[in-house]
Amino acid sequence: MHMEKTSLKPLSECSFGDCFLIKEINIKGPLRRRLLDLGFVKGAEISVLRKSPLGDPVAYRVSNTTIALRNDESSMILGEIVRGNTK
Amino acid sequence: MESQSVLNHNSLKAILAEVNEVSNEDIRDEIVSDIYTKSKSLCKKVVSQQPAMYRSDKLDEIFTSRIWGFPIMLILLGTVFYITIAGANVPSDMLANLFGYLEGKLTFLFEAMHAPEWLHGVLVLGLFRGTGWVISVMLPPMAIFFPMFALLENYGYLPRVAFNMDRLFKRAGGHGKQSLTMAMGFGCNAAAIMSTRIIESPRERMLAILTNNFVPCNGRWPTLILLASLFMVTGFSGAAGTFVTAAILIGFVMLGVVVTLSVSWVLSKTALKGVPTHYTLELPPFRRPKFWNTILRASLDKAWYVLKRAVVVAAPASILTWVLANIYVGDTSILMHFINFLDPFGQALGMDGFIMAAFILGLPANEIVIPILIMAYLSQGAMLEIEDLSKLKQVFIDQGWTWLTALNMMLFSLLHFPCGTTLVNIYKETKSPKWTFMSFLIPTVIAIGVTWLTATVARAFGWV
Amino acid sequence: MRVNRIALAGNPNTGKSTLFNTLTGLKQHTGNWPGKTVVHAEGSFEHKGEQYVLVDLPGTYSLFSNSADEEVARDHIVFDQPDATIVVLDATSLERNLNLALQVLEMTNNVIICINLIDEAEKKGIRIDERRLARELGVPVVKISARNKKGINRLLDTLSQLVHGQIVTTPYRMKYSKEIEEAITKIESKLEGYFDEKYPSRWIALRLLDGDEELILKLQNHKNNKQHEVRTNGVPVSVKS
Repeated sequence: MHMEKTSLKPLSECSFGDCFLIKEINIKGPLRRRLLDLGFVKGAEISVLRKSPLGDPVAYRVSNTTIALRNDESSMILGEIVRGNTK
Repeated sequence: MESQSVLNHNSLKAILAEVNEVSNEDIRDEIVSDIYTKSKSLCKKVVSQQPAMYRSDKLDEIFTSRIWGFPIMLILLGTVFYITIAGANVPSDMLANLFGYLEGKLTFLFEAMHAPEWLHGVLVLGLFRGTGWVISVMLPPMAIFFPMFALLENYGYLPRVAFNMDRLFKRAGGHGKQSLTMAMGFGCNAAAIMSTRIIESPRERMLAILTNNFVPCNGRWPTLILLASLFMVTGFSGAAGTFVTAAILIGFVMLGVVVTLSVSWVLSKTALKGVPTHYTLELPPFRRPKFWNTILRASLDKAWYVLKRAVVVAAPASILTWVLANIYVGDTSILMHFINFLDPFGQALGMDGFIMAAFILGLPANEIVIPILIMAYLSQGAMLEIEDLSKLKQVFIDQGWTWLTALNMMLFSLLHFPCGTTLVNIYKETKSPKWTFMSFLIPTVIAIGVTWLTATVARAFGWV
Repeated sequence: MRVNRIALAGNPNTGKSTLFNTLTGLKQHTGNWPGKTVVHAEGSFEHKGEQYVLVDLPGTYSLFSNSADEEVARDHIVFDQPDATIVVLDATSLERNLNLALQVLEMTNNVIICINLIDEAEKKGIRIDERRLARELGVPVVKISARNKKGINRLLDTLSQLVHGQIVTTPYRMKYSKEIEEAITKIESKLEGYFDEKYPSRWIALRLLDGDEELILKLQNHKNNKQHEVRTNGVPVSVKS
């Protein structure tokens, strides 16, 4: 249990081509609900598409759509990183 | 009956108590997760072949690329400006000629009917000429610019602009969607004020409202095109001239963006303190728009809009200007008294009293600033006919214009107070007299400050 | 003559407005929803000699009333009870779009699922078995391309059949975890007879569980307004407020 907790990484640490499995969302209030609506739910698979020219925000693929999140938000979404799963 | 409603009230409380007992904080997560799980299992059953890589992704690699993202934005904007300027010239001249011809015919008709001179003045020289000016200067560029803009919008390019620019707006304390409301501002600031509703946080919405005016709207940027092509591209002709004009316009738009970001930054550090709220932005797939459909819809929409504004705003303002220019107090017209009063102030800003008067009388709508200015210039001295736009430059030069006058009029146009319609909308949306006044004051102070600075510097260095 | 009131719901960027324009042409007018800074777009059209009024609800990702847009869309479906609600889905991202459809199915029976952008999806090699989906969801599913005016007639025919009761729907209701289901049942039984039967009691129970207490006030206001309406029509009412 403890081991599993420590292995969780924030979505913001993912880089291009990584796959991410959401385990926890450490955000409260309206933004949490908005993220849920967009498909950022526990168990969802996220892939990293690209950074914007100035480095932030970053575009993610979630349930077949493209959603951009700022680092402030993506650092609060925790889960497992599967490196280089997609091409 | 009274007792029943009390009973209802009590049972309601009981229900709510019940709810609180069984409800918990994570319930929304569970609900949405369950719905998504169901969606996923439905998709597995009914959708065959999940797509691997969209064409949109490849396009996004270009449109939002670290290297190409910003240059492409500028190139697209520049191309839109280039086509607008190049395409609008000929129809604008044709319309000006048509109105000139009709004016001659109307004058002939009035003379034949022995109509009093003041009636001819009000209706033909005031109403008809002013309205005709607005239509010939505004209609062609609007009918070219907006269809192109609509194509970019329908194609799905605008969210990419928001994606590219977000970092800058966040730094300035604003919302990423502010760039979308700014894009609306190219069309009409008054409409853009309504579009700030897409920003849910009140603080960031206020920033977007207060700074929207720094995007030149359709009523202003024909002024920018006109003055840039008359005074700033003198060394070039033909396609090169158009190209330079487009480049100058981009410069002005970028200046507007810089001012927007600076004002947002200052306000978010002072009167509108706060941290940028979180946001999510969807980048929808690129979709080829219905080309002719989009062009037709946008052209007709804009043409109708320009004509409506010409009748509703430009016509009464033209009459008012003519009346002010032709009623004399002493041996000077009311308009000239007003102009003389404003002249020292205008001169200090590198302009003159005529220009200041035109901006003030043009408060109802920015598109009438140039027509009022021309009418005011022409009402002095001999009435001369302006059949085409090139003769206009001579009128300006005769009035002592230099490149500085043109530059500062362009700067003032870009930065000055919002038009009346926009102010009304700001009041409607904010319900605050204080912020409505601020939305008037901030741009006005900036416009005065910037033009005073350029005039003082240019004069100090003896450039004019 | 009977006028059928139809609502158009859907995610943003699903071509909902394109469908709205295709159906209503230039017979549109826009304004604001009462008391809200949300644009209200309404248009009308005729099909087989019958009048339809189409309300274009704001494009939303869900109907949990997270924002003014979502509240307006939700209230229209629940309180104004249109004769039919067309849920427009983007064929290229069905998964997220079905999220909204499943929510609408909890709120009303008269639903048509309209899968738009079908041309684009086919180009990308996505195939959707709409008959299977219709069976799973218990409501008609029509594939269209609003942009290329494909499938519009089939959509309108289906709509006409639905509003005339020639199609009987058996909408799929979301099933949640055992705990949530138990809580829903418990609250639903308490609510019995409290609100008008025409409101979806299971859905109300679920919203209450989710902490939406404002909904209660709205339901009550609606009740009071109803009585007020009746009173102004000169019909004696027994309940005083």
